[in-house]
Amino acid sequence: MWARSQCIALLLLCALPALAVEPTEMLKDPALEARARQIGQALRCVVCQNQSIDDSQAEVAHDMRRAVRERLQAGDSDDQVFAYMVARYGDYVLLKPPFKARTLVLWLGAPALLLIAGVALLFAARRRRTATVAPPPLNEEERVRLSVILGDQWDFHPERSEGACGKQERSLGLRPRDDS
Amino acid sequence: MSRRLLYLLPLLTLALMAGFFAWSLLIGRDPAAIGSVVVGRPAPPLNIPALQEGQAPLTDALFKSGKPVLVNFFASWCAPCLAEHPLFMRLKEREGAIVIGIAWKNKRDEALAWLKRLGNPFQTAGLDLEGKAGLDWGLSGVPETYAVDGNGIVRLHFRGPLIERDLTDSVIPFLKGNTP
Repeated sequence: MWARSQCIALLLLCALPALAVEPTEMLKDPALEARARQIGQALRCVVCQNQSIDDSQAEVAHDMRRAVRERLQAGDSDDQVFAYMVARYGDYVLLKPPFKARTLVLWLGAPALLLIAGVALLFAARRRRTATVAPPPLNEEERVRLSVILGDQWDFHPERSEGACGKQERSLGLRPRDDS
Repeated sequence: MSRRLLYLLPLLTLALMAGFFAWSLLIGRDPAAIGSVVVGRPAPPLNIPALQEGQAPLTDALFKSGKPVLVNFFASWCAPCLAEHPLFMRLKEREGAIVIGIAWKNKRDEALAWLKRLGNPFQTAGLDLEGKAGLDWGLSGVPETYAVDGNGIVRLHFRGPLIERDLTDSVIPFLKGNTP
């Protein structure tokens, strides 16, 4: 049992994402290094387009990691480090695109669509509810017709089916009465 | 009737999406292009040692001569740099272009040997062994070429090797003073 859980722990350890950050790049100060890691995960490598610079083995990613650490050591805030990178590579380096006029559709498009769909559904549901008000009560003639229609299927009364409604049996597609 | 029209909505949505996809495919946009924020701005700072030992370092003064200058980041280990090399030889010999070469992450001896073997298209060449100048210029790798006008403003930025058409379409017009 012990050996198995150790095995599982080892496997889980293997499943950790393999960072490209090399030991020689790391800062001695663990707090600064932790900040550098956080920033590194949010910066996009300009060579391996869908990797962060922490995940990428590209030469440029290595340079960018080093630059992040240099800026942090020089006393920059996280925002200043991001600004440093954006000044060189544009918004492209930010894995999370900034919220501004050009990215409005990106940020608000999907929620807006959802809102429109929700409002449309609400209106449709309301219209359906008003459409299903109870119909007015039947008058005498209608009641007779109904009982003829129903009666023809289950409980046949010859005296009711004759007269006013006799003709309609056929037109309603009901089987005609067989009297013989 | 209006209810029936509603059934056309999925078809309409499909048509809209297909139209959008067709437009995206045909517009000729390169989704892998990462753009360049340096174009239209003053050339980034430059302060690197000369490739040839004993020569003066390369500084921003190179962009204050009043003449257009091309800046080419290259490396002897880079195959596309080899491919574009003849174009720079031609620019120097036929167009009289001032080209500044920057050996990026390249050993001094190897870069010098490469230039000696193939011919040296550069008016002056510098060494960016650690890629720090490259980062300031927003470089993503080698080769990359920048065109800086007489006022020190970057006008063109090519990521990847120059090809014949780049020369005829933009580099040569730029050198003749027709800023694109």
